[in-house]
Amino acid sequence: MRKFVDLHLRPVIRDLNQAEGMISKSYELGYGLLGISLPPDALRQTVRLLRKICSDMGIDLVTRVDLAPKTSRGLLDGLRRLRRRFEVVSIWCASKSVARQAAKDRRVDLLSFPPDSRKHFFDFAEAELASKALASLEVDMAPLLSLRGGLRIRLLSSLRREVEIAKKFKVPIVISSGATNKYFLRTPRDYIALASLFDLPPSLGLRALSDNPLAIVERNRRKLSSSYVAPGIRVIKEGKNCLDV
Amino acid sequence: MLRRVRRRYLALKIMGEQFIEKEDLIRALWDAVLQLFGEYGASCVNLSLIGYEAEGNYAILRCSHGALDMVRASIASMTEIKGKPVAIHVLGVSGTLKSLRKKFL
Repeated sequence: MRKFVDLHLRPVIRDLNQAEGMISKSYELGYGLLGISLPPDALRQTVRLLRKICSDMGIDLVTRVDLAPKTSRGLLDGLRRLRRRFEVVSIWCASKSVARQAAKDRRVDLLSFPPDSRKHFFDFAEAELASKALASLEVDMAPLLSLRGGLRIRLLSSLRREVEIAKKFKVPIVISSGATNKYFLRTPRDYIALASLFDLPPSLGLRALSDNPLAIVERNRRKLSSSYVAPGIRVIKEGKNCLDV
Repeated sequence: MLRRVRRRYLALKIMGEQFIEKEDLIRALWDAVLQLFGEYGASCVNLSLIGYEAEGNYAILRCSHGALDMVRASIASMTEIKGKPVAIHVLGVSGTLKSLRKKFL
């Protein structure tokens, strides 16, 4: 059975009841893996509590950090400090230089862009770099639900263009809720229907909600495990004589 | 010869903290379709509220087969009814009312 993933829940971390409500609602809606956005200075104890809530419900939890650097220098600093502490790193690309740097850095998992078509930073160059660096384009659905009128029209046209570019350069697309409360959570099928508004076909929508985010999580968990050495190299046995492996 | 009209029935679960009147629900559904797809789109969906159970927060909706995705997207885009926050989830879709009730309600 297909496992659906929502990599971007944004509950108020201090309010664990709200987080628990959102996690249980996501489970009800059919998600098997959740990514919760944590502040960079998140305490280990908070993460442990969230993990316990998720494991009690039978959901897998992924820790995620959202970085919104102003410059590419700030991005590199943030990545150096936080990459090994979180399973998923997402970059909010608020300028062209940040978008360019994030697209080519292999430590970045997700690229998010402002919902304003005038700030269009995901272009052919970024797409080509992202495709080589295995970064994915993240589409948050919460703005699509909350915006109305002209703003939503602009958001849809911007998303349509980004999705078209991503398809052309084979950049994986990840659909996330971006929800701050349980009223912004939807079922995977509803997201696929909403994604048709910006010309994402159902087959790609399905992949954006399961295969693509799962691939990111699996890749990063492998990288963060103690047996990982370098791309393509991992420890499979330790001991004096490993020649007979 | 005219082809038989194909329809789809949707079972909905309405999640909200306050009581929602049937009239408010159907108005909000039409508004959502109109906002997303305009008057031409709304004319294609043949939307109709077949049943509404206010206590259980369930509703059954009928639409034309070809407009199912439009209706799903419109329902998913609803975040409030009369200023009250709501989320409407589609429990399931079926070709007949009988099987919809059997499977999802």
